Amino acid sequence: MDVSVFQVIWFVLWGVLWAVYFMLDGFVLGTGFLAGFLAKNDIEKRVLINAVGPVWDGNEVWLITAGGVTFAAFPTTYALMFSNLYSALLLILFSLIVRGVSFEFRGKLESTAWKKAWDTAICVSSFLPALLFGVAFGNIFKGIPMRNDFAAVNFAYDGTLIGLLNPYGLVTGALFVLLFAVHGSLYAAIKTTGDLSKRGAALANMLWLPLLVVAVFFLGYTYPATRLYDNFFKAPLLLVIPVIAVASLLLVKVFAAKGECYKAFTFSCLTIVFVVFTGVTGLFPNLIPSSINPASNLTIYNSSSSLLTLKIMTVVALICVPAVIAYKIWVYRIFRARVSNEDVLRNPEAY
Amino acid sequence: MDVVTLSQLQFAATGMFHWIFVPLTLGLSILTAWMESRYVTTGDETWLRMTKFWGKLFLINFALGVVTGITMEFQFGMNWSEYSRYVGDIFGAPLAIEATLAFFLESVFIGVWIFGWNKISRKAHLASIWLASVATNVSALIILLANAWMQRPVGYVLRNNRAEMNDFLAVLTNPYGWIKFTHTLLSGYALAAFLIMGVSAWHLLRNNELDFFKRSFRLAAVWAFVASIGVGLTGDFHAVEIARTQPSKFAAMESLWETKRGVGMNLLLLPDPARECNAFEQLCVPNALSMLAFHDQNAEIKGLKEFPRELRPLVTPTFVSFRMMVGLGTLMILASLAAIILSRKQGLEKRRAFLMLMVCAIPAPYLAEQFGWLVAELGRQPWIVYGVLKTADAVSKTISTTQVALSLLGFTVLYGLLGAIDIFLLVKYAKKGPDKDLSAIINVQGRA
Ligand code: HDD
Ligand code: HEM
Ligand code: HEM
Repeated sequence: MDVSVFQVIWFVLWGVLWAVYFMLDGFVLGTGFLAGFLAKNDIEKRVLINAVGPVWDGNEVWLITAGGVTFAAFPTTYALMFSNLYSALLLILFSLIVRGVSFEFRGKLESTAWKKAWDTAICVSSFLPALLFGVAFGNIFKGIPMRNDFAAVNFAYDGTLIGLLNPYGLVTGALFVLLFAVHGSLYAAIKTTGDLSKRGAALANMLWLPLLVVAVFFLGYTYPATRLYDNFFKAPLLLVIPVIAVASLLLVKVFAAKGECYKAFTFSCLTIVFVVFTGVTGLFPNLIPSSINPASNLTIYNSSSSLLTLKIMTVVALICVPAVIAYKIWVYRIFRARVSNEDVLRNPEAY
Repeated sequence: MDVVTLSQLQFAATGMFHWIFVPLTLGLSILTAWMESRYVTTGDETWLRMTKFWGKLFLINFALGVVTGITMEFQFGMNWSEYSRYVGDIFGAPLAIEATLAFFLESVFIGVWIFGWNKISRKAHLASIWLASVATNVSALIILLANAWMQRPVGYVLRNNRAEMNDFLAVLTNPYGWIKFTHTLLSGYALAAFLIMGVSAWHLLRNNELDFFKRSFRLAAVWAFVASIGVGLTGDFHAVEIARTQPSKFAAMESLWETKRGVGMNLLLLPDPARECNAFEQLCVPNALSMLAFHDQNAEIKGLKEFPRELRPLVTPTFVSFRMMVGLGTLMILASLAAIILSRKQGLEKRRAFLMLMVCAIPAPYLAEQFGWLVAELGRQPWIVYGVLKTADAVSKTISTTQVALSLLGFTVLYGLLGAIDIFLLVKYAKKGPDKDLSAIINVQGRA
């Protein structure tokens, strides 16, 4: 098999990693920034944190893997994506750092001020990545102002942090925030008990309409703002992907309205995955387009690793990924029970 | 300051900060797993209480290890994008493999361990801590193989304007990496054992929980001694390897200026880089350095003058760091030997002076760890990949001084704050001592 086959394989895996990351961390981020609305007292806040407690770190590792895979399979893209988007990534990084320690630290002192401070920290540090990942991906869909001369190994970038906050970037940011908000509310609904669970379901129902509005607007705006639709016009069969995304989004409401939150949550997982797939399919074979000159686009062909490295990575992925998926499913099963107030009070290890 | 210097400072600061937490994670995860194994095999509740108590400290420390690790992963692209582009074909793979092979295991099973006490059987619970700690050690191996490739690049060719891998096995079996791995891992074990001894000594001085803390102390003393000896041995292998592969680093570590045969080692020495010589040299052991470096008393060793000035590392900090590390390592061997002897005798809690010394010894391995990385990384300069790519050519071209200055400031403030809180919590929980009542866990687990 020649190198282009592996380049395509790794493009697909790249898309899958981002999709799974957003699906899994999406509900952690969502419950994180909504905790203030969902939980009415300290014990309910703890229930929410403990509902994500066993899994949040494992979910975040999908991001680390997505980063690592970009590095290994498309080093030039990794290099330019991370340095061109330096300030935005830095804000995401700071947020993820604060969020991670907040879970661990919050319960370690019995002081109201201490807990309040960490509650604020969790809220802000969950909201920012949701928004900023959306903004970043909006800009990636649209293309960023870079001038790359691959033959002469000469790279330049004309953008700024403020420049990323263009209308399309912000719409994508809003889309991500609302997707994660509904996703997180549904997670709260299925993982907690009593009033807290009811409030989760109610919030998901309430936020669904704004989500739909933003999603429709996003899909429409994508046409003039990006070239994502080109691939779909070339191969209309691919339209299945956005259709599944939209259908899943509608089904979220159908089931949430009936109070069948497990099903609604499943479809909100699918919505997120297929929204990401839609974007990534539209990008192909670009990883990051340039908004200045198509010759500067970072593609799977001009930014990938050598054939040998791609082959090695494929073998590693074939061995590791099924194992990861298997034990992750096992762990989700162990912790499938809802978390109740009593559980948290009784367990000395709880966050 | 320019982008290169600021990025270097930022990488060093964030890396050394990550490294405050990593060695304790490496060592304490294994020790906690060991304690829980003893509990599961013997059913003795003291082992369970030890698992819980030391495990709690492990977790508080672990949280910061995790969050500071993400920074390390992102920074290669953010600040060192020319590096990432140039060597990504080789260097990216280990990072991706580390995540899929090790980080998933580690993060998932730590979650199971923390929240699974009442949900799975004793054996499954024990397996989860072992899986997590083995994964932690595997992650260390992989990242150190990557770092070792920068020290001693192998298995690559230069083509297509970059370094491309042509022999993955050579990268995996890089002797430099395996030495680094054993040295680093053992240093983490020693550090954790010294922490356990220090905290136990603090409680013994106050007559708290004598049985609990004496048992912890005795266990840790053995680990500390074996690991410290191992650290010294592997450190020697390290030096031998460096003498062969990175002569400029070796010369800086020893502050050796002239190329000579049959070189002696000065026990006391002060470098004078401006005049390219040593300000003073005392207590020379004849031929010792040639013997150490090449196991041949007449071997020739290259001096710093052999290299043009711009290809020499900073001599004084490299030299001082190396001496400090070796000095601290020697003290650790002596202290842990004394600890083994005294902890086997009656009345450990009455040896107040010794116990106080062990409390004061907690920072020693921490300092040695930091000096170790300073030797490794400073000594490699000006190269980022020894002999292949200069640090100055590796930096991102599309970032500005202001951006990096602000991010460095941000890291300093954020890390300073989080570090202070984490250490405060560690001290608080270490002083609080073990929980008395574990009946809830034992009852539920018994049924499972
Ligand atoms: C010898 C060991 C070692 C070294 C040299 C490094 N690390 Fe580290 N790292 C660990 C050993 C470790 C660990 C012990 O495995 C940690 C500490 C706490 C933890 O969760 O895992 C960890 C955590 C950790 C995490 C978080 C994993 C998670 O979320 O569970 C990341 C992304 C990295 N590291 C990445 C890096 C990078 C890119 C490094 C190089 C610049 C680096 N580490 C140096
Ligand atoms: C976690 C422990 C580590 C510490 C404490 C550490 C420390 C340092 C220090 C002090 C420097 C600065 C040298 C200078 O200022 O000139 C440096 C540079 C560097 N190190 Fe490490 N290092 C660590 C781990 C690693 C690992 C594991 C890698 C590779 C995977 C690595 C890659 C680099 C790179 C890319 C640089 C280049 C930037 C520079 O030269 O400053 N480091 N590191
Ligand atoms: C007892 C004598 C010791 C000797 C002879 C020794 C030797 C060395 C050498 C030569 C290096 C440089 C490796 C390089 O440049 O790549 C090194 C690195 C290092 N040392 Fe030591 N060391 C000793 C003790 C210690 C102790 C006590 C600790 C910590 C508890 C420690 C922790 C480290 C660390 C973390 C590194 C950086 C990682 C690495 O390169 O392996 N060392 N040591």
